[in-house]
Amino acid sequence: MADEDDIILSELEDDDLVAQMMDDLYDGLADEIVEGTNILLERGWAPYRVLTEALVAGMTIVGHDFRDGILFVPEVLLAANAMKSGMAILKPLLAETGAPTIGKMVIGTVKGDIHDIGQNLVTMMMEGAGFEVKNIGINNPVENYITACDEFDADILGMSALLTTTMPYMKIVIDQLVAEGLRDKYIVLVGGAPLNEEFGKAIGADAYCRDAAVAVETAKTFMARKHNQRAGA
Amino acid sequence: MSQNALAKLLSENDWLMADGATGTTLFNMGLTSGDAPEMWNVEYPDRIRALYKGAVDAGSDIFLTNSFGGTASRLKLHDAQDRVGELNRIAAELGREIADKAGRTVVVAGSMGPTGEIMQPMGPLSYEGAVEMFHEQAEALKEGGADVLWVETISAPEEYKAAARAAELADMPWCGTMSFDTAGRTMMGVTSAAMAKLVETLPNPPLGFGANCGVGASDLLRTVLGFTTAGATIPTIAKGNAGIPKYVHGHIHYDGTPELMADYAVLARDCGATIIGGCCGTTTEHLRSMREALERGGTWRLFLGLGRHRRQGPRAPRKARPPPELIPATDRYIDAPS
Repeated sequence: MADEDDIILSELEDDDLVAQMMDDLYDGLADEIVEGTNILLERGWAPYRVLTEALVAGMTIVGHDFRDGILFVPEVLLAANAMKSGMAILKPLLAETGAPTIGKMVIGTVKGDIHDIGQNLVTMMMEGAGFEVKNIGINNPVENYITACDEFDADILGMSALLTTTMPYMKIVIDQLVAEGLRDKYIVLVGGAPLNEEFGKAIGADAYCRDAAVAVETAKTFMARKHNQRAGA
Repeated sequence: MSQNALAKLLSENDWLMADGATGTTLFNMGLTSGDAPEMWNVEYPDRIRALYKGAVDAGSDIFLTNSFGGTASRLKLHDAQDRVGELNRIAAELGREIADKAGRTVVVAGSMGPTGEIMQPMGPLSYEGAVEMFHEQAEALKEGGADVLWVETISAPEEYKAAARAAELADMPWCGTMSFDTAGRTMMGVTSAAMAKLVETLPNPPLGFGANCGVGASDLLRTVLGFTTAGATIPTIAKGNAGIPKYVHGHIHYDGTPELMADYAVLARDCGATIIGGCCGTTTEHLRSMREALERGGTWRLFLGLGRHRRQGPRAPRKARPPPELIPATDRYIDAPS
């Protein structure tokens, strides 16, 4: 529509620009997100502030509407792509400025499972929320998880499965962690369409996360608990 | 040309029963999590015969071949992307062998699951790429003797259309179901009404369309009602899971009992489904119980406020059936709407 084309991002006040970026993120407009991110940086915003106040805040709305069944995977993927293009600008800057990391996560789909939509969304949302994430992709046997967690010095291990034929593999990974005495070293989060909370508990995971937004909230809660335990020790 | 076996059965019957779970059944036979079930077509053909025969003996009119993950993109995980032709053909051949020995018409339905990749513009898979993969699988299933192709657990409309096109290229009749697992829609946001509309507009409409898997039998019924409300004219398919998966004593157990699935089967028919079967967790015990309930001829239509059963289109006269039990007198119906 013509009047939408008339919005000139660089002419907006900071507050209006951030609100507009949230709308653009919601609509999955990658070019506009890149433009908005650059404008805020030029105006002297710290990269971490752009990330949290514009991108993460916008993605949180997307996450909530996904959780509530208002948005579905296609819209969320487009929003995530838009966020990714903003993140591409911010990531090197964040590394330079030493922005705080909440925790480190390794994530991957289990052996035999090709479906990585969910974990890619989780990766995006977790990074947005300030976690460092190593996404080890699809079809991971137990050794991949254990090696990656060790090399990456992970706090959290995330496993994803979309098939009822692959979800039991999560138990195999957890059993192996127990056998190697590593289970307590990591927070284990699981997710995927056929799973449920009871299943997560039964296989010995710390939590089942029904979607990417819940995964971020759950990860934050567990990390806070972990810090408190360390502080109390 | 002789009439296709499924089209024939559909014209002669008010309802048909499909099969139950493939994955769950193979797990019980020793398949380990993460391994490709399709390899068993070659490695353990007797177990696949037993899988098919189980469904036939339990009264299924249709059973699906062990080829759900038989597209090149799925087999690639197991470094078997070059074996699409072989693995799918054998899946159908074993099915043909069992169906031909059944002593009645049993439909061999060549299962085609999702490619597992996301379609453009959200993901990398093009429409042409998806058509090509499905077509390769479809030709092999046809060669092995499948009566129809059976596309299942799809979530994206583009992927459904690609499978439809592949069926057209292979000159095969087909059926196609989607999985409605996210707030009453598919993962990609398709509603039951949207799917009903989609199938009616396809250049080669399926013989049947509907829902499979998802989140339990009750949720699937609501999807079927959505098809009916949308005025679907093509026969609808209900293949729901036997409850919800739980981890019990080292394996996955679905909490739906045979009694529950018997109620589900009758309710599915009440809601408008013509082809009724199960998905994950549905064993031969569940199927037997479903068949028995469907043949008994009970109905919950009046309970559901759906009025009397209305036939859609010309059908052969019904066989005489015992009078329906309208109000089963057991405790488990305590929550039924009154």
